Amino acid sequence: MSEATRAEDAAPGRADLIGLLARFAPLVFLIVLMVGFSIFQPRFLSPFNLFNVMRQVSVYGLLAIGMTFVILTAGIDLSIGSLLAFAGLVAAAVDKGGLSNRFSVGAGQDALGYGWPLAALAAVAVGLAGGWLQGQAITRFKVPPFVVTLGGMSVFRGAALLFAGGGPISGFDPKYVWWGQGKIGPVPVPVIIFIAFAVLAHIALRYARYGRQVYAVGGNSEAARLAGLNVLRVIGSVYVIMGFFAGLGGFVLSARLNSAEAVAGTGYELTVIASVVIGGTSLFGGVGTIFGTVIGTILIGVLLNGLVLMEVSPYIQQIIIGVIIVLAVAFDTFAKSRRRTA
Amino acid sequence: MTEPFLRMLGISKRFPGVQALDNVGLEVASGEVHALLGENGAGKSTLLKILSGAQQPDAGSISLDGRPTSFASPQEAQRLGVVTIYQEFTLAPNMSVAENVFIGREPGAGPFVNGRKMAADTLAITDRIGLGLKPHALVRDLSVAEQQMVEIARALSMQSRLIVMDEPTSALSAAEVEKLFRIVRDLKAHGLGIIFVTHRLEEVMQICDRYTVLRDGRKVGAGRISDTDIDGIIRLMVGRQVDALFAHRPKARTGTVALSVRGLSRRGKAQDHNATVLDNVSLEVRRGEILGVAGLVGAGRTELARAVFGADPFDSGRVLIDGEPAAISSPQDAIRHGVGLVPEDRKQQALFLALGVRFNLSMAAHERLLRGRIFIDEAAERRMVEEYRKTLNIRMASQDQTIANLSGGNQQKVVLARWLALQPKVLIVDEPTRGIDIGAKVEVHNLLFEMAQRGIAIIAISSELAEVLAISDRIVTMREGRITGEVDRESASEERLMTMMTLSGKAAWAGDAV
Repeated sequence: MSEATRAEDAAPGRADLIGLLARFAPLVFLIVLMVGFSIFQPRFLSPFNLFNVMRQVSVYGLLAIGMTFVILTAGIDLSIGSLLAFAGLVAAAVDKGGLSNRFSVGAGQDALGYGWPLAALAAVAVGLAGGWLQGQAITRFKVPPFVVTLGGMSVFRGAALLFAGGGPISGFDPKYVWWGQGKIGPVPVPVIIFIAFAVLAHIALRYARYGRQVYAVGGNSEAARLAGLNVLRVIGSVYVIMGFFAGLGGFVLSARLNSAEAVAGTGYELTVIASVVIGGTSLFGGVGTIFGTVIGTILIGVLLNGLVLMEVSPYIQQIIIGVIIVLAVAFDTFAKSRRRTA
Repeated sequence: MTEPFLRMLGISKRFPGVQALDNVGLEVASGEVHALLGENGAGKSTLLKILSGAQQPDAGSISLDGRPTSFASPQEAQRLGVVTIYQEFTLAPNMSVAENVFIGREPGAGPFVNGRKMAADTLAITDRIGLGLKPHALVRDLSVAEQQMVEIARALSMQSRLIVMDEPTSALSAAEVEKLFRIVRDLKAHGLGIIFVTHRLEEVMQICDRYTVLRDGRKVGAGRISDTDIDGIIRLMVGRQVDALFAHRPKARTGTVALSVRGLSRRGKAQDHNATVLDNVSLEVRRGEILGVAGLVGAGRTELARAVFGADPFDSGRVLIDGEPAAISSPQDAIRHGVGLVPEDRKQQALFLALGVRFNLSMAAHERLLRGRIFIDEAAERRMVEEYRKTLNIRMASQDQTIANLSGGNQQKVVLARWLALQPKVLIVDEPTRGIDIGAKVEVHNLLFEMAQRGIAIIAISSELAEVLAISDRIVTMREGRITGEVDRESASEERLMTMMTLSGKAAWAGDAV
């Protein structure tokens, strides 16, 4: 027996091969998908369409970055769509200078509002507060994340409806709208925001001490505790990070649509979780990268865009997303069982 | 002696890497209380699992009343009259006594349960043996002892002929033990056979008729209790040669007291107030000294380690580091005071299996690898890991190899390196060589010697007496949350340790005097 284990020490085992496969499978899948779509629909590869895909996925992408932190700790956040809607409405109201001006349009009204900087700040503050509250419920009262954020999903949606009285707020000043519809060169602003935060998050997870702690807590929370980590603080923090991205996403989405409404972001949690999981982050925690999440996000975006171009019914798209998430988790479970036996 | 009720012959069972049972036989007659004895890992649990139908033997035969049989499942074993009562009860706390006694076998017609008959039958059983249970009481309101009575009543309701009791007295007070013994004698008078598994040898003398001793998966002795004594049984339990492969530690030069534990106590869960996890434990370890802690499973060794390290709370007592009181209520506090813990279960409590060697090794040392307060200095980290790879002889393909792919011995060296990197004052190692091969064991022992040489105070907990004897300068034994004795290495032997581990403090004293 000892001979066999020695041999294993010397060379990477089969489990590492599976790990390698898991790391690059999404990228390979993405390329295959893009080649496939471009054969069936030449319009797919046009720069206009590709930037369009990127612009469409950037809000999902921002949320997926936050969700990666959460899922790395073996948690989950179902409340993001609701929190995003609430934050978007608050940002809109701040920009418009109050709910009474909700439909007013025109340059003359700009002076009434508080402008985009305060609006963006307000959206992020709402997101941070919502995330912090949920993190406290999870760490202090030991309620499972699934339950807390399922509750949060309802609470924030209700808060959004209550705040805006059910109606939309639309028609922002151009500087606000620029954050959703503007471009720098040929690149849409939301795409730049997404990529910038992806790089920041990658650095945090890969090079910062905090990243190590997130992986440790998700990989084995008891071992992390016995190695001297403040496990509860780390868990609480990832929901704050998630909240930040939900707030930021709410701001960017409202700017892109030039409108905020309480039903925005419905069902986003599923698309975002699918993006993260298909990008190779394990729902069991401790395994995953921001790079994978970016690929997973684009993959889901390309898939949806390609299906639209091929005129596939949106109902079928829902079915496909659902199937993908189950398949991705099935693969993850398989990979985990291989790690176990190794 | 008449034909025994149960006869097991030539039972063997192999698990990957170990021969758990090797050609073991066991005979128990009706109306007999039979003690099944052995050290940790001797094979008792495996034999019990085979007896209860939970596992199948690789070889061997079982017969009941002279008829060959086999237990394909726990249900079948129960149907044939062999019922096992485990340490962890299998009761439904929110149901009544009667419902628990007849769970899965409720009397009645069709889907309806005849509650009145069930209650009456339960009462009939408990009255017959004098268990004193109320059929309608909820199990969650009962004490541990009473819950055990429910398990016994359930066994009786199944017309069982043989009841296997796994450590039945471990959570009972002295008065409750007396009551249990009365019931056991009653069961015996009714013609039932009883297999009694316990670590408390004085109880064996009190209640058992015959005994079987296992060691390293083999049967090493059996006979009538009246023909032997506690010393004879202990000799059978430990009898192997002290492993010559374990190098003894050169005589150590020890310094000042690094860790001092005073009167540490921890009560058990609120329901079973009898169970004391730690009872007024005091000890001292000096710089450069290795203090061995011996005891059987459940003696409180791991609980002591976890309490000192702040992983579990304790109710009273003090911990002093270098003579100064240290407020330790979390592992973080312990680490700040220079205390480290290598936990007993490497995979569950120490390793991040999906992650790399480097990640695992540097986990506790981030503080000294920081650059700009936020980032880990990866170059410094790699240098550190390389240094420990060399000094500890850790065999790995690369620093980023997934740690799950290392052998147990190399994994354990990584865990030790994790604490070495912190330069601790006190290191507690709980089962430092569990599940690793003999060569790696020796390496780990040498590593502990080196650490002690450098002035670290080490507490080493091990279930292997040979290991405790080989590495310790001084040894304390524990039983039921209490320290039951202390010996220095020169005067320690496996027999002496076993005596101190299995007898209560008083009896051990008496044994010493003889």
